[in-house]
Amino acid sequence: MLEVDVEKKLGAFTVAARFQASAGVTALYGPSGAGKTTIVNMIAGLLAPDAGSITLDHTVLFDAATGTSVPPYRRNIGYVFQEGRLFPHLSVRQNLDYGRRMSGHSRDTDEFARIVALLDIGHLLDRRPRLLSGGERQRVAIGRALLLRPQLLLLDEPLASLDSGHKHEILPHLIRLRDESKVPMVYVSHTAAELRQIATNVVRLEAGRVIAIGGLDLLKDVDAFAAK
Amino acid sequence: MLGLSPSEWIAVELSLRIAIVATAVALPFGVALGWVLARKEFWGKTLLDGVIYLPLVLPPVVTGYLLLVSFGRRGPIGAFLADYFGIVFSFRWTGAALSCGVMGFPLMVRPIRLALEAIDRRLEEAGATLGANPALVFLTITFPLALPGIIAGAVLCFARALGEFGATITFVSNIPGETQTISAAIYTLLQVPGGDVVAGRLVVVAIIISFAALVASEWFARRASMRFQGE
Repeated sequence: MLEVDVEKKLGAFTVAARFQASAGVTALYGPSGAGKTTIVNMIAGLLAPDAGSITLDHTVLFDAATGTSVPPYRRNIGYVFQEGRLFPHLSVRQNLDYGRRMSGHSRDTDEFARIVALLDIGHLLDRRPRLLSGGERQRVAIGRALLLRPQLLLLDEPLASLDSGHKHEILPHLIRLRDESKVPMVYVSHTAAELRQIATNVVRLEAGRVIAIGGLDLLKDVDAFAAK
Repeated sequence: MLGLSPSEWIAVELSLRIAIVATAVALPFGVALGWVLARKEFWGKTLLDGVIYLPLVLPPVVTGYLLLVSFGRRGPIGAFLADYFGIVFSFRWTGAALSCGVMGFPLMVRPIRLALEAIDRRLEEAGATLGANPALVFLTITFPLALPGIIAGAVLCFARALGEFGATITFVSNIPGETQTISAAIYTLLQVPGGDVVAGRLVVVAIIISFAALVASEWFARRASMRFQGE
């Protein structure tokens, strides 16, 4: 269970958000500029909140009151970035293996094979990221985050950089992941149609504030945000 | 080969040793300073930047003089290093390596700094979320991505060290077998009647070494950047 209660001032813009995320896929839903990525970066530890706290499975990751701040490399939170951010100098296999190597876990070939199969990236293992399509790159990025064996998976607009054909290439994998694994996910998107397929809970944001928390009914019928 | 006499070979060997040691010792400092200049903002950064580039714009004789008064046997730094660590620079090949390193340093720092500035910091963030602490992020992401620039900096420093003359001869003089590099040997030979023939042989050697360094650096840099392009 993830509990977020944070505040962050960025110039004239203030993000203030309070919500919880447990099993399943919690959508952070709102127009661009609503502060979604800012919130996810604070959960990952890449950005320090000005006030508040973040707790994951009863471990305090951040607490402004006590001055606690666990650095990102000790948070064990997988992060799939909008642009993938695969390491260009490493092969796909080395990218996938990176989290395990850095955390010093022993090699688990079964787990590796399972995730490679889940994302259907077995034929890409010896390639360099540069030679992958956008969809392939994003699947590798998801696999890389999963192989960290995270307690939580953050996905920041994982489909935004893909054209519609490639979006359909990723979503089924994410839905399978939601149904088969126990890892809770926080999924950032401004596209209601996409979230309707994957999300289980919705946190709706506007101008840095949470304006509603609930189920899929919070998603707009017409994709007003996506039109922007 | 090349018809060099033993004493000329000594100058060649000495030049290579001095240039290699100067580059190898300067490299960790060059990477550290390149990193600081690329990543950190602090008071006096412009001043530090200026001091590093000083040997590039000062007359080499002035740099040699400054080395002599600070690193000489009676200079404050030179005396300290000699008394406590037994490291002596004056009239030794180590002093030649020091002056060559100082002269090559600005040329080394610049490409390293540019390479570090060009790295996408978001990749380092990704590394951190994958469990890599700052030291591991540097070793596994920052360093390999900056490698072409680091190689370029090292080669420029090496080439500058190989050709260094003014600062070295001012600081540690021109002693055959100890501080007489190819450049100093050519200069000495040209002072003697008929020495220009021998000097010509050393000139050929200097051209070969410099050209080989250039080709080697191109090869290394291409290999390093090829790793990012794919198989």
